[in-house]
Formats: sequence, structure tokens, C-alpha cells
Amino acid sequence: MSTWSMALRQSDYYWTLYRRTWKGSVFSSFLTPLLYVLAMGVLLGGFVEADPSRLEGAPSYLAFVAPGLLAAQTMQTAVFETTYPVLSATKWQRVYFGMNATPLRALDIANAALGFVLLRLVLIAIVFVAVLAPFGVFVSVPAAIGALLVSILVGAAIGMPVYAYAVGVPNESSFSLIFRLGVIPQFLFSGAFFPISNLSPALEWLARLTPLYQGVDLTRMLSLGTWHTGPALVHLAYLLVLLVVFHRVAVRRLAKRLAF
Amino acid sequence: MISARGLRKSFQQKGQEPFEAVRGIDVEVRRGEAFGFLGPNGAGKSSTMRMIAAVSPVSGGSLRILGLDPATDGSQIRGRIGVCPQEDSLDTELTVAENLYVYGRYFGIGRAEVRRRAAAQLEFVQLTERGGAKVEDLSGGMKRRLTIARSMINDPEMVLLDEPTTGLDPQARHVLWDRLFRLKQQGVTLVITTHYMDEAEQLCDRLVVMDKGLIVAEGSPASLIAEYSTREVAEVRFGIGENESSAGAVESAVGRRAERVEVLPDRLLIYAADGEAAVAAVHDAGLQPVATLVRRSSLEDVFLRLTGRTLVD
Ligand SMILES: Nc1ncnc2c1ncn2[C@@H]1O[C@H](COP(=O)(O)OP(=O)(O)O)[C@@H](O)[C@H]1O
Ligand SMILES: [Mg+2]
Repeated sequence: MSTWSMALRQSDYYWTLYRRTWKGSVFSSFLTPLLYVLAMGVLLGGFVEADPSRLEGAPSYLAFVAPGLLAAQTMQTAVFETTYPVLSATKWQRVYFGMNATPLRALDIANAALGFVLLRLVLIAIVFVAVLAPFGVFVSVPAAIGALLVSILVGAAIGMPVYAYAVGVPNESSFSLIFRLGVIPQFLFSGAFFPISNLSPALEWLARLTPLYQGVDLTRMLSLGTWHTGPALVHLAYLLVLLVVFHRVAVRRLAKRLAF
Repeated sequence: MISARGLRKSFQQKGQEPFEAVRGIDVEVRRGEAFGFLGPNGAGKSSTMRMIAAVSPVSGGSLRILGLDPATDGSQIRGRIGVCPQEDSLDTELTVAENLYVYGRYFGIGRAEVRRRAAAQLEFVQLTERGGAKVEDLSGGMKRRLTIARSMINDPEMVLLDEPTTGLDPQARHVLWDRLFRLKQQGVTLVITTHYMDEAEQLCDRLVVMDKGLIVAEGSPASLIAEYSTREVAEVRFGIGENESSAGAVESAVGRRAERVEVLPDRLLIYAADGEAAVAAVHDAGLQPVATLVRRSSLEDVFLRLTGRTLVD
């Protein structure tokens, strides 16, 4: 049986879950981008009078920060969706163990869970882009669509290693490492809010290596129309490798967790 | 349905020797049978059940389920059996009916058919009125019944029940026994683990007694009692601290009327074909126990005989 059809067998489960929670999430998924873009883009941006050449080609700080916010938001959503809900499924509610007692295999269970995360990312990103667009931060409609697609890839690529880690952890204290060392420093220092050329050379290199920088730069290229094929392909390859490699790690670790 | 030869399970532990939870057991379960694994906590029952459920890899020996090899055909095996695990794995945020429905879908059963079966199973475990309730609001007994209903959703040829009634009050337990009894009458093969003797006696046609990863006895409840115990047991209780010191006197008082006398911290057990006669002999010898009770021998006595320990602490 193909993993595609096995994963689809879980669609009713995830649909039921989604129906229970969408009301809570729909409001915040509109509000978050609005607050961000008002606070960081409009208000903070009002104080920032930088030369466009120092903003990686963005005409305004608002236009500079918008793609950074979008990529950072899909990262945060992805990390959230691949930590606590996963621990719930392996430890608190043990639903993965219930699924594992049926014809579903670790591969199918992981794929369905990840597919659900992907759908959430798609929804979050669509709302985010729709809220940002009226502020004129995308140079064109294709630019907005490109930024949307790429930001989804960013979330998925960052969520994958987190999922791979989460399926094997014993309790929630293991997650503080991810939030303190992974999410917060990346959020602040990976070029979402200021060009990383402002960092010291060593830190700039470190920032360049983070997945969020790769994603922010790619999203920004698309939304500003400053596409450079060479760097863009590097970013894409980086994110795709992350996705593929850690998918394998995730399935292996989940299989080990379930087959004790 | 199940054929195990020299079946083993060991767990790797960090910085230690692997721990052997199951140390080479032979088990044959036939179609339509109600088969039990009886043993104290830590005997290796759940480890065995997880291997049979095709979710835990075998560490040694051979295992065939429904004629298939769990190492290669796990998914297929799992599609044809039902599992009620020791630890609940229900989604407590979903309703009772939703839990059944989504679970049935995992087997690839069509939506309309799953709805029909879910309703029938809810009826069977008497939870129809609670169909719309969230699982977190159910009592322990109701959750167990729901888990059993869930294990039946794929119309399984065999159902594995790991301690189905542990932690339930007597009333809830009797309701469950009644449902399991009906399943058995429908021809479903049942494999049950328990550390309750009365449960094994009630439900099992045949059972194995496990202790420390090994099978120490095998047979029907009646044949095990016949082999390892006596028809009746007289329990006599002396004052606190006097039970052990009275054992010698009791033994000589009952003489050949009893097969043996077992000393427990709070009482003495006299194994005898005629329990009343044994108690009379104790009184005739001038001994004055504070309480006496004559009862039928049970699997508890079998276990005590085999391992020197009581089953339930
Ligand atoms: N995942 C595990 N890792 C290490 N030891 C385990 C694991 N699961 C069970 N054990 C040990 O194996 C023994 C048998 O456990 P189990 O099969 O659950 O017994 P039972 O179900 O009869 O109470 C116990 O001593 C238990 O501590
Ligand atoms: Mg157990």
C-alpha cells in the first residue's frame, strides 16, 4: 500500500482536529501579521531612514522587513506545530501508538502529521501575504505568489528537523533548547529585521548558515524583485536538502520510538 | 492464530546489560480460543503482547501471527487483529464517536461503513448515549470499553486485550467481562493478559502462567488447579505476629487431612480436599484462630504454589 493512500486514511483524523481548533487560530492568524506589520513596519519603520542601498535594495524599511516577518512567521508556526503536538501524540495522549496498532506504518504516520503541518503553513502564509499586500510590500502579483510559496518551503524545511527531534524526546524540557538556541536567535539575527551585513564578520557568517537566513533572503529576493539566480539556487538547495534529509531521520526516529 | 517458539524480548539499556523481559516462551493459540497470560507485574506479559500485536520487534525465537511473519507483514497482520493496549491511546479531545470513526478509517474502511460499525460497537459496549461526549469526561471503565469497541472496528479475527480491567471497580469489571464473554461467543479469538486470578478463571479456556519472562505452567484453569492445588483451601488467621509461630502446630493438627500449609504474613492457608474437616482439626487440637474461612481453590493458589509469591500485592 502506498504511503500516500495510507497517509490519506488519516485525513479524517486531522480534519476532525482542525475543526476543533480553527476558530481559535483563524483570528490570531489575521491579527499576528497585522500587529507585526504595524509595529515593526509602519511605526518602527517610521524611525528608520536608511538609504535603500543599505536595505538590500528595498525602497523602505517596511518593504525590507515584510518578507523577513513572513519567513519568520512560517518558521515559528512550523516549530510550534512540530513540538508540543508531537509530544502529545507520543507521550500525553499517545495517539501515535494507537495509529501504530493499525495497518499504518511509521512512514505513513509521519507523512500525515507533516502533511497537516504543511497545510497549516499554507493557510498561515496565505493570510500573512494577504494582510501584507495592501501595504505595497510586493513589487508585483507574481512576486507575492513567489514569496508565498518560498515562505511555505522555509517553514517546512525548518519544521522537518524539529519534527525529527521531537518524535524522540522524552518530555517538554527538551524543547527549551530549540526555542532558546534555535528559534529566538534566528528570529532576531538572521536578517529578518536588519541586513546581516551589520553584524561582525564572524557573526555574519554564522547568520548566513542558519536556515532562516536562507529563507529570508530568498523570500526577500522574490518580494522585492531582486532575484539573483546563483544565491537563490543555493538557498533553494539548502532548504530542499534539509527537508529531504531530515524527513528520513524523522521516519527512522519515529519508527524506533514506536517499536520498543 | 499465534505460534511462538523460544520467543524472546530484550531491551537495550544505556550502560547496562540488555534486560531480558521475555526469556524464551512457546505459545500456541488456536482459532476461537480464549487464551490468557497470567502473571504479576513485570512478568513480561505486555512485552509479549506487543510482539504479538506486530508493533514490537522480536529479539529471538520465532513468531507467526495468522500464519504471517510480523517482521515483514506487520501492517497486514495489524489490519486483521484488534488491540486493546494496557495504556490508553485514545484522543481525549475528540468525542467518543469521533475516536471510533477516525480509527476505523486507519484500516481503510469506507466512511459510511465506519459510521455503521462505530454505531454498532457503541451499542455493544453500551456507550451509545455517550457518543457525543469528550473522551476526557469518561470514567476509567468507559474508556476501557471504548478502547475495546475501537479494537473491534475492523472486525478482527483476534483481539488482544492487555489488562482490560486493571484499575476498574468491581461493577465496571463485571460489565466488561460480560462484553468479552459475548465476543468469545461470537467466535472471536481472545488473548488476554491479567494479573487477576478471577479474571483468568472467568474468561480463559486455556492459559499460561508467566513469571520473570518464563512460562511456569500451562493448562485450563481447572486443570491447573487440579495439578497445583487442592479442591478447597482453608484460611486461618491468628493474632498479629502469631501466624508464622502457629504454623507448626497447625501442620501437626491437620496431619494428613491437608496436602500442605502455606504461611503468609497475615494468615495460614491449609490446602485440603475437605477444608471444613481441616478447620475442625485445628480447633480440636486446642488452637484458637481469630478467623477461619473455607473457599474453593483458585489460580491464586496455583501461582503461590508455583512461585512462592502472591500475585496481587
Ligand atoms: N521499553 C522498555 N525498556 C526497558 N525495560 C522494559 C521496557 N518495557 C518493559 N520493560 C521491563 O520488562 C519487564 C516486563 O515488562 P512487561 O512486559 O510490561 O511486564 P507485565 O506486562 O507482565 O507487567 C519489566 O521489568 C519492565 O520493567
Ligand atoms: Mg503489562
